[in-house]
Amino acid sequence: MIQYIIRRLFYSIPILIGVNLITFAIFFLVNSPDDVARMHLGTKYVTPEAVERWKQDHGYHLPLVYNQSASGVSRVTETIFYHKSFRLFLFDFGRSDSGRDIGHDVRQRMWPSLAIMIPMFLGGLIVNIAFALFMVFFRGTKIDFYAVVFCVLIMSISTLFFVIFAQYLFGKLFQMVPISGFVSGWSMWKFLLLPVVVGIVAGMGGTSRWYRTLFLEEVNKDYVRTARAKGMSEARVLFGHVFRNALIPILTGTVVVIPMLFMGSLIFESFFAIPGLGSYTIEAIQRQDFAIVRSMVFLGSVIYIVALLATDITYTWADPRIRLS
Amino acid sequence: MQQALSNPHTRAKWRLVFARPIAMASATLLLLFVSVALLDSIHFRLAMPFQDKGEVEFQNEVKSVLDVVLVRILPAAETTYSAPLAQYSFSKETIRLEDGSTIRSYPRLQHGGAHLIGSRKPRAQDIAERLLLSVFEAVICSGILLLLLAALIKSERQESISIRAKEILVGTTTVPWRASLIVVFFIMVLVFVIINLGSVYHLFGTDKVGADVLYQAIKSIRTGITIGTVTTLIMLPVALALGMSAGYFGGRTDDIIQYFYTTLSSIPGVLLIASASLMLDLYMEQYEELFRSIAQRQDVRLLALCFILGITSWTGLCRLLRAEVLKLKEMDYVQAAHAFGVSQVLILLRHLLPNIMHIVLITIVLDFSGLVLAEAVLSYIGIGVDPTMESWGNMINRARLEMARDPMVWWSLATAFFFMLTLVLSANLFADAVRDAFDPRSH
Repeated sequence: MIQYIIRRLFYSIPILIGVNLITFAIFFLVNSPDDVARMHLGTKYVTPEAVERWKQDHGYHLPLVYNQSASGVSRVTETIFYHKSFRLFLFDFGRSDSGRDIGHDVRQRMWPSLAIMIPMFLGGLIVNIAFALFMVFFRGTKIDFYAVVFCVLIMSISTLFFVIFAQYLFGKLFQMVPISGFVSGWSMWKFLLLPVVVGIVAGMGGTSRWYRTLFLEEVNKDYVRTARAKGMSEARVLFGHVFRNALIPILTGTVVVIPMLFMGSLIFESFFAIPGLGSYTIEAIQRQDFAIVRSMVFLGSVIYIVALLATDITYTWADPRIRLS
Repeated sequence: MQQALSNPHTRAKWRLVFARPIAMASATLLLLFVSVALLDSIHFRLAMPFQDKGEVEFQNEVKSVLDVVLVRILPAAETTYSAPLAQYSFSKETIRLEDGSTIRSYPRLQHGGAHLIGSRKPRAQDIAERLLLSVFEAVICSGILLLLLAALIKSERQESISIRAKEILVGTTTVPWRASLIVVFFIMVLVFVIINLGSVYHLFGTDKVGADVLYQAIKSIRTGITIGTVTTLIMLPVALALGMSAGYFGGRTDDIIQYFYTTLSSIPGVLLIASASLMLDLYMEQYEELFRSIAQRQDVRLLALCFILGITSWTGLCRLLRAEVLKLKEMDYVQAAHAFGVSQVLILLRHLLPNIMHIVLITIVLDFSGLVLAEAVLSYIGIGVDPTMESWGNMINRARLEMARDPMVWWSLATAFFFMLTLVLSANLFADAVRDAFDPRSH
């Protein structure tokens, strides 16, 4: 098992290198550091000296990939690629274009992000599985039909509407929860309640309908018929047998969702003013702070790869037949 | 491809799709949206009023057919917010009376309900009359359409048009024309409401700068449809070529392609889109002279967005196709073709491609609605289409702050909601029907 994990971690190195190269290409080859400097200083009426000074201050004055004026190893290390891209592997994010320490910001902002994403993820999983089982229990009846219609309807409504509507209804009209904001400590639940609930409801349509098809596939299998023939109640068949066996495809699908969580966190954190990584990224995008966006691309990929590995490990827990090797 | 789409097996599947009333209804709606988008895509520049100089000069502004139609129908812009169907402005202004004194009151709109100035008819009565007229016209038009349809559809039995029309209405035809006709009726009502009511009132109100909200919503259709279709067109050849060769050739090719899509898919899509669009912004700022007109800049950004979305979305389809081809290439008929010395390219095109088309089709229709929804979110974050472009995302984005006003300005948001929901819902329902018919697992 440990061997497997180690091997998988080694596999992920070339992928991360690829990610690194792609981001390097996007951020430094499309536009030169000079362009970036000019953008930050304001495109018009910029002296070449000012551009040079800005590049010096932010470490963009080095050559891109190969430094001819240096000697030895530093021919490779004294370059933008090494300083800005390669150092990400050591989780050394450097400084943002506005001069802040990105690593420090990330460490501080990951907690609010986790505080909203974990309940949203787990709550969503529970709600979706429960709702899917509910639909399967009533399969073929009117209840099932209307539940599916409900799912399709939710799928067709943009998350933005859910957020805006919920903020208006529960925040402004009923004043049950604060519209947005965040505090640390236990009282943060008041601020988390609305985004988490909205996140779960907005994601319910597609996911629970998909779980329903997974469950329905299982329901028609032979072992289920056997279980029924033994005189088991429908509820025990569903929870004891079908659920357990449908868990594997569900787990696979859950990981596919994890990078989407990042997208979700972007919207929710910025709408609800939660100082997490998502709103950090949005602020960076709006300020055109490339250093932060670049770091977030790398960090996002790392999270994705780790999540992929985590799923494979949970497979063995969900299905003892699977041996990782 | 052509062969794959027109063989009798596929045609039978399509018949299965269109045997469903819901699929028929949503297909009708989608057709409407696509035709509006097409009308909006035919661009031209109007000739300047004739100036007797020998040659025709053209206006700078590029217009589409839809623009010309809408400008003729919809009332001109106001100066600021006004509620749907309003006669008076939404906010109080200082009005100077004829005797020189000033009062603070709601000024009369310049164009919305302007035809009522001087007449005694109350606004509610006028609206009701126009609504009734619209429904009446829609009934007549649908009736004519019903008769036309009854005359056109093929039937083995030789019965009269009236009997066939009755069959359509009862819903006993093999293709559920009734569902389609019901949708057409509602579309007709909407069209006539726009013509009768929307031409003299602002049907969905006006926004902050007084622009007609209905106009914005209709113009946004093209943006949504373009993103849904162009992205697919960009992503499809890549996914097909790479997915099939990875599965078929295996070995080193497979390794490289797998590495390529694993790497791309491990970058969260939204961040890749954000990076690319930030860079594009900077690039366009540098070379401002290349993108002269606003329309040009909007279209470049729109295409770029489609391109980036295509890059982030081909990996899923590629993975599916690879797996399917891996399975198919061990089948006897492929082995037989191989043994007969059929070239590899021909095997791929003639034997494998038709048998993976169902996956391609299902993915395309399923992705469409997701792409339309993604546009709204991306535009909200600021990495979607150009902020000056008409799109539902931009409408929502602007409307977000209006919700905080008191009294609330809700109509922009509601209109965007209504249009988006209609498009995405019909796309979803149609996609479901397609999947149920084509997916071998769903039986």
